[in-house]
Amino acid sequence: MTTTTQAAGEVSYLEAISQALDEEMARDERVFLMGEDIGAYGGAFKITEGFLEKYGEWRVLDTPLCESGFVGAAIGAAMMGLRPVVEMQFADFISCAFDQITEVAAKNHYRWGAAVPMVIRAPFGGGVHGGPFHSECPEGWFFHSPGLKLVAPSTPYDAKGLLKAAIRDPNPVIYFEHKFLYRRIKSSLPEEDYIVPLGKADIKRTGNDISVITYGAMVHLALEAAQTLAHEGIDLEVVDLRTLIPLDKEAIYSSVSKTSKAIVLHEDNKTGGVGAEIAALLAEDCFDCLDGPIVRIAPPDTPVPFSTPLEEFFLPKASDVVAAARRLAAY
Amino acid sequence: MDCAVIAKEIKRDDLLQMYYYLRLTRALEDRITALYRQGRIVGGVYTSHGMEAIAVGYASALERDDIIAPFHRDMGAFLIRGFTPGEVLAQYLGKRTGPTKGKDGNVHMGDLKRGVFGFVSHLADNLPVAAGAALAFKIRGESRVAFAGTGDGGSSRGDFHEAMNFAAVRKLPVVFFCNNNQYAYSTPLRLQMAVADVVDRAKAYGMPGEIVDGNDVAAVYVAAKQAIARARAGEGPTFLEFKTMRMHGHSEHDPAKYVPRELLEEWKMKDPILKAEQLLQSLGYGEERYFQEVVDRVKREVEAGVEFAQQSPLPEGPEVLIGVFADSADSH
Repeated sequence: MTTTTQAAGEVSYLEAISQALDEEMARDERVFLMGEDIGAYGGAFKITEGFLEKYGEWRVLDTPLCESGFVGAAIGAAMMGLRPVVEMQFADFISCAFDQITEVAAKNHYRWGAAVPMVIRAPFGGGVHGGPFHSECPEGWFFHSPGLKLVAPSTPYDAKGLLKAAIRDPNPVIYFEHKFLYRRIKSSLPEEDYIVPLGKADIKRTGNDISVITYGAMVHLALEAAQTLAHEGIDLEVVDLRTLIPLDKEAIYSSVSKTSKAIVLHEDNKTGGVGAEIAALLAEDCFDCLDGPIVRIAPPDTPVPFSTPLEEFFLPKASDVVAAARRLAAY
Repeated sequence: MDCAVIAKEIKRDDLLQMYYYLRLTRALEDRITALYRQGRIVGGVYTSHGMEAIAVGYASALERDDIIAPFHRDMGAFLIRGFTPGEVLAQYLGKRTGPTKGKDGNVHMGDLKRGVFGFVSHLADNLPVAAGAALAFKIRGESRVAFAGTGDGGSSRGDFHEAMNFAAVRKLPVVFFCNNNQYAYSTPLRLQMAVADVVDRAKAYGMPGEIVDGNDVAAVYVAAKQAIARARAGEGPTFLEFKTMRMHGHSEHDPAKYVPRELLEEWKMKDPILKAEQLLQSLGYGEERYFQEVVDRVKREVEAGVEFAQQSPLPEGPEVLIGVFADSADSH
């Protein structure tokens, strides 16, 4: 993955998230933050640095160590008219709040008509030597759970626009922000207020030969592979899902209809993941337009390992995409 | 404290109204049980038989703007908040006119407009949610209170403890309660916890707690009033343990053979309706003839509810697809 150097006026993925929170808090006094160490410390990754001073301890709440408790509290506050944004220090810890998210937040509106407008920020993903408890991609757990919206931006522009859209959405949204991208990916952002609507994929690179359907940090891997392959005359199209639920099937189908070949790439482990669903959808709905097998690239079904060679082996690489694309092009 | 002494703090009309709701709860749930035995209700039937005084007492002590996150044997709270017997019966029969339009059953109902959170089977899940409602009240500086509870079994769950701790740290205007009815399904208290009283669990959070006779509607009302006043005054959460006994099985399909008969006989003598009648008589507020009038009145209301529920349409299959996501949260 390439690291860009910061040009004047460029903001990092991390700063984009921070800006979105700041602007939404300034725009709407109902928006408030909860999480561990987000106050005086400014958050484990410093996303909320300076927020406590600016907004006070009742809009930037440091919580006890109780993910289930504060997600539950966010649900209650959301139902009472506030717009909570809670931070999971690491997405891995979301398992502690799984019950509140899937049983209470996800089902409330369906069961008894009570909307739950809240956002859970979940810093996820590997490549940062976090080991089994600080590198996980847990989106698959929630992908299967009706009533939640899932977001996973890959660029500063999307990170800011999608977080604003998530905060303004009347439903519980889990916002998966990729830790590896925090300080590595930068770009300039519009001056004016904007949102990126939930449920709309984005073509990050147009191409004619093979569609790579992906999201999060893997988008950059796909783009890197596309550059390599362009010299060989293989033209990749990179479909960045941006939102996993609602899933933009139209964008996926339209891309695959054009290219006739598909690689599904993600960082969550393979079995039962988001990629499995996309592959199944393509098999169900796009069988006639496929000119080759659907290829899935994902880590093996193991916890995320710590040691460098193990983690490197575990994570998908641009060369995996290149090799798969070559095979598929020759098919 | 002596029952009559406590009751003197309560207005006559309030006590009479609580008696009415005790009778309405009993009549409605007895009718639900009968419908279940006739095979007219599919799914579980969880009654508060013998425990009616708890919900009737605390819900009567709350203001209209306050929020209730009820325990699953708190039918009285729904009725006091304006859920009609017809709506409740429609819910049990899976009709479209029930509060969840057939999406959920029995006591799994709620309504934000009436300030009642929908019950979640994962016991104690609503305690952090209620703490969050209280947090919203505190952030906005509103004089509102959340009242949320679970049973002795639910007090073993992590969410119970996370909610109590969080609320205590932030001094949130919430009252937590436990309906200690001595059995969590078939599990007796001694296998649920190594302490004798659930109230002991509040100590760990620096929260005042009190044991209350859960079969005495006046005692519940007064204890709830005090805890609510404390919460409203910004002094933080209180924990109330209502001691009672579940007189039916966990659900109506459960004959509860695991409960010693002598124990049930003992608690039968402490029936909350009997207790309320004795209290009203001792205060000169009511007599046999009046009690019979209330019994007749609630019977008519419940039968009208049965009629309404039976005439109501069932939802149609495709309605299953409606409502997974909200289009707006503007009403919040």
